[in-house]
Amino acid sequence: MASRLISAMGLDASIAHRFSARNILTAKDALCRTELELMELLDVPLDVVLLAISCISKKSCPPCHTILSVLKERMKNEPQLGHLPTLLGPLDQALCGGIPFGVITELVGPAGIGKTQFCLMLTVLAVMPDPFGGLNGSVIYFDTEQRFTSQRMVEIAQHKFPNILFTEAMIKQLAARVFVIVPTSVTELLDSLQKIQATIIEHHVKLLVIDSVASLTLSEQSVTRQELLGRQASALKFLAESFRIPVIVTNQARAMSTALSCQGVLHSVPVSDAHEGIDLQLRAALGTKWAHAVNIRLIFEYSEGRRWIRIGKSPVSAAVAIPFFLTATGLEHDENEIPSATEKDVMTIYGFGGL
Amino acid sequence: MDSLTLPLPSSLRSKLLEAGFANTSAFQHLTPLQLARDANISHQEALAILKTVSWMNCADQYSKEEDILSSAKTAWDLLCYEKSRKKLRTCCSELDTVLGGGFKPKELTEICGVPGVGKTQLGMQLSINVQIPSEFGGLGGQAVYIDTEGSFMVERALQMAESMIDYLKYATSSCESTVGLGMSLNVDTFLSHIFYYRVYDCTEQLAVVNSLEEFLKEHREVRLIVIDSVTFHFRQDFQDWALRTRLLNGMAQKLMGLAQKHDVVVVLVNQVTTKTNGEIVPALGESWSHTCTNRLILSWSNGCRQVHIFKSPSLPAATASFAVSADGIRDVESSKRIKLCTISSP
Repeated sequence: MASRLISAMGLDASIAHRFSARNILTAKDALCRTELELMELLDVPLDVVLLAISCISKKSCPPCHTILSVLKERMKNEPQLGHLPTLLGPLDQALCGGIPFGVITELVGPAGIGKTQFCLMLTVLAVMPDPFGGLNGSVIYFDTEQRFTSQRMVEIAQHKFPNILFTEAMIKQLAARVFVIVPTSVTELLDSLQKIQATIIEHHVKLLVIDSVASLTLSEQSVTRQELLGRQASALKFLAESFRIPVIVTNQARAMSTALSCQGVLHSVPVSDAHEGIDLQLRAALGTKWAHAVNIRLIFEYSEGRRWIRIGKSPVSAAVAIPFFLTATGLEHDENEIPSATEKDVMTIYGFGGL
Repeated sequence: MDSLTLPLPSSLRSKLLEAGFANTSAFQHLTPLQLARDANISHQEALAILKTVSWMNCADQYSKEEDILSSAKTAWDLLCYEKSRKKLRTCCSELDTVLGGGFKPKELTEICGVPGVGKTQLGMQLSINVQIPSEFGGLGGQAVYIDTEGSFMVERALQMAESMIDYLKYATSSCESTVGLGMSLNVDTFLSHIFYYRVYDCTEQLAVVNSLEEFLKEHREVRLIVIDSVTFHFRQDFQDWALRTRLLNGMAQKLMGLAQKHDVVVVLVNQVTTKTNGEIVPALGESWSHTCTNRLILSWSNGCRQVHIFKSPSLPAATASFAVSADGIRDVESSKRIKLCTISSP
């Protein structure tokens, strides 16, 4: 890691002393300088500097795995190769078994389409015990818009698993596993993300939800916003991968001025709102940098009077769209037959997702 | 030694004596030009004399000096190399065509594109393709994949490797002599030949690049280095833009050195950024765009993925379509393309 101390890297005592005397204490301090700069600062010949750099690099270099060893390790520890099933048939199928562990999955869509519902449903699935297809762990839920309702969560649980008799004790046990944190600013959120490691280990956290990542950031000044978003993405990725847990974030879709949306139409999320009968040109908030940072983007949208989840970006799956409706059980796959041509049209007309 | 003992034509010898070069020790530290001027002889003659002297002294100073050229290559050598070198194919014939046969070793190729357009997919596909055995016309190498964003999906690599093996087996099944080759392939070898680094900050990224030299010495089969993406960690945590530029350039230079020395393909994935006027441009700024040998821009066009060769010293600007299917990067099927055209034309 970047903050590793040079003094603990087993360099020659004399050269290590020179580093500390020049206040170059961590690997970051050393590697963010050119060889020439270091020669100046440390007053030693080039070959000594090169030797020191290669030693520091070796010590702070992350371990190398082959993909085979990663795969074997995962197969050993994780059933279904590390996925949290959403129980929406075609979506699970497209995502190779559900929301993958270790990556950031973003839900983006207009207000009221069911993003929070989806989060609540996944929360339920994550806290349920193993035999019922859950992950049997805790959930940390960052609720920036104060949308989390435990009542609805319990309702989803009861309807999702009708065969289980939910006693008061069981509900208590399940609900006690969900930790809701309400951050008021991005810096606060970032702070909690830095300190969260211990909590994740202690409470066997199996899912991290941020609902929504946009609302806090949008109030931030636009100059620092991108910087903060980048740091946030970096922190989330680190947590997701180190602990092998899925991370869900929600993002808003916002109407854009036509001039902008014409140029940026490639990653726009055009939605025709059938209920209001007007066409809105919508785009995911937070811009391209954030869109790079998320690994999987699920786009929630209205089309032809139905609600759809479309896979907008994913390293593993094709761009499929799944219709759904909201019920007492959360989200449910709308199994009415869809002619395949319609599905293709959806892609083509909106020029996104392309396949 | 007396100059008279030198095996030289008498006219030349008298010229030397006239100019006062009575002893061979006088020739030491003389350049051909000085000698030619002092003795009033031609450059060729002067060089010949100096060579003779140094040969007789067993110093061989001149044959060493010609070493300047021994490390150089003629354009002809390079041409032969260009023709003979194998390129890394992409599985999409249209893309291979515009790339002049595929990604070239000893070059830095940058891939830019909007989120979700298939940059990572291309990177993964290449790390599978680099392993195609040379019997099948591949490079038969191994790959180093440096993942800074965590977007490398093991499941996806598995899918791609499986379909690649199916394809290779199918390709060999028609020919008697190669059936055995196809049978010897298996997914485990493919996956075990991708060396994966997950990098969590820019210090680690620099550290990995610094230690690649040693890694490549130990793993001589490596023919491909992918950094996906080179951008991510450099887009935050940097207040000092000059420092960022310096570090990025230093890193690119090291990679360039590795590419040359070990004959590897280097692929750098870059993100795009939105300028204030809404224009979408590759990230990392103007100075970075000089760094890479080739720059490919991936984009959407009519619901179809496209590659545009934006910068290349050897290839004409061109555009190719490609598709990302369950098997990996593939050609856009001709039928699908026609369908898309008819829909989008009104």
